[in-house]
Amino acid sequence: MKILAAIKQVPSRDSSLRVNSSGQWIEDADLTYEINEPDAYALEEALQLKEKHGGEVVALCAGPARAAQTIREALAKGADRAIHIEADDVDSLDTLALSKLLAAAAKAENPDLVLTGLQSDDLGSGQTGVVMAELLGMPHGTIIMAVEKQDGSIRVKRELEDGWFQHVTMSLPAVLTIQSGINKLRYATLMGIKKAKTKEIKVVTAASLGVECTPQVERLKVYVPGRTKQAQIFDGPAKESAAKLVEKLKFEVRVI
Amino acid sequence: MSILVILEQAGGAWHRMGWETLAAGQELGAALGVAVSAAVIGEAREAATKKLDRVYTLASVDYTADAYTAAYEQLIRHLNPKIVLFPHTYLVRDFAPKLATRFGRAMASDVIKCRVENGGLVLVRQLFQGKLNMDLRLTGDGPQFISLQAGSYRAEALQDGTAQVEPFTANVSSDVARQKPEAPFREAARAVDLTTAELIVSVGRGIKEKENIHIVEELAQVMGAELAASRPIIDSGWLAMERQVGSSGQTVSPKVYMAVGISGAIQHLVGMKGAKCIVAINKDANAPIFEVADYGIVGDLFEVVPALIEEIKKAKA
Repeated sequence: MKILAAIKQVPSRDSSLRVNSSGQWIEDADLTYEINEPDAYALEEALQLKEKHGGEVVALCAGPARAAQTIREALAKGADRAIHIEADDVDSLDTLALSKLLAAAAKAENPDLVLTGLQSDDLGSGQTGVVMAELLGMPHGTIIMAVEKQDGSIRVKRELEDGWFQHVTMSLPAVLTIQSGINKLRYATLMGIKKAKTKEIKVVTAASLGVECTPQVERLKVYVPGRTKQAQIFDGPAKESAAKLVEKLKFEVRVI
Repeated sequence: MSILVILEQAGGAWHRMGWETLAAGQELGAALGVAVSAAVIGEAREAATKKLDRVYTLASVDYTADAYTAAYEQLIRHLNPKIVLFPHTYLVRDFAPKLATRFGRAMASDVIKCRVENGGLVLVRQLFQGKLNMDLRLTGDGPQFISLQAGSYRAEALQDGTAQVEPFTANVSSDVARQKPEAPFREAARAVDLTTAELIVSVGRGIKEKENIHIVEELAQVMGAELAASRPIIDSGWLAMERQVGSSGQTVSPKVYMAVGISGAIQHLVGMKGAKCIVAINKDANAPIFEVADYGIVGDLFEVVPALIEEIKKAKA
């Protein structure tokens, strides 16, 4: 089975973010980056499926030059090769434009299965996998918690709301968006890191893929949200804050 | 020019988020001076008692993204609305981006606010799990596809009235759906019912390791609270799934919800923002959880929680 894992590089989870001078995105000078968390689970699922059923895992990532770091990490974990859609403007693309790029690169690979995270930690639109599936003419499943390969099809466990689940069977090729927690993430081994250096990363661009993207989202501004509620904040020494909070809980909220 | 609101029904039961979206539709319809209609795959009765132009009903089918997309594609081509509003439910996340793509449109999903400026819509979305907001506009021709976050509009604001019910026949052949769905199920009976808990102490990623959970467990015990957790804790297998609060877990509304080491991603907030009093303990003063909190302690939970346990014991003595 040839499995494509579409992954995204996003600012590290603990980053403190500031709006940049244009007011349209974040200041990226001092940021560190990592793989988008749900995509890490998608990659892991791809690796586990390959280990079970044989085949190949190809990591697919759109991003500027710095995304090569995240791609190397995917290779170190066990992806066989990678495609890097090099684009400096990935952060400013709308979901349709980004999905067009990813779908064009995916199409050329003729995969049996395309896996990606259910949403990104930066834009959080939760659309990329579904839009890709439509562009590729493939069926899809979202928020997937288990994947079971059958003959020419897959049976997946979808997460519904309020603790409900549902099994769905669909034909291959297909696109799945993977939920965090579906599996246990592996660490790259020393051997894996060494091997990654020799693995192929094919670099393509929007032009070489023949994709033209007319933006449909006009960004007006990015800003720190105002607070809807004004919290009473205690930020002194722990003991003092704890005493103040307990006083509130006892005399105002009256639960102690 | 008109607004079409897509409502959601499963097994004859309405999804409450549909009503919130309908309230948003009414508000925008009034601001833009355009007609608002609704559509549902299912039956229309309750929707027909709202102030709407029309309610379009489409024949029930087992949900698949393929079948819903095909049916709504025909309705939208027929009506040619300027704006199509969806509730940002799990179901909508599964089919609406596909539907928008079929119209060659980029969809704005999980929008928290729409306002009218110069006769057009300005949409507000959250970025980076709620740390920042973005104002944006959808450009280009064709319908604007927009899904609204849970709780961003209030169903109570819905205006009653009467709407004409109009059945719409979509020609969807039975082989359009490439997915074969089975009946929904729940994993196991829940031994813990967080929905009736008066006090909840909830733990998140900030706890760092499974071995540290016990300090929050002790806090819950001292307070007489149920222990709950955000998704990453459950994903790591540190607590049972029945203790998960959030969009994929339980929705709770206790007297006090104490969030320990939880940053407050939207998926968590939708499950607990109905709590009467929210207390947040987090080392990051900018964590989104403080935006919904009534009381907050900015500090290292490994110092704050033991201090709290001691103070509560004193207060109870």
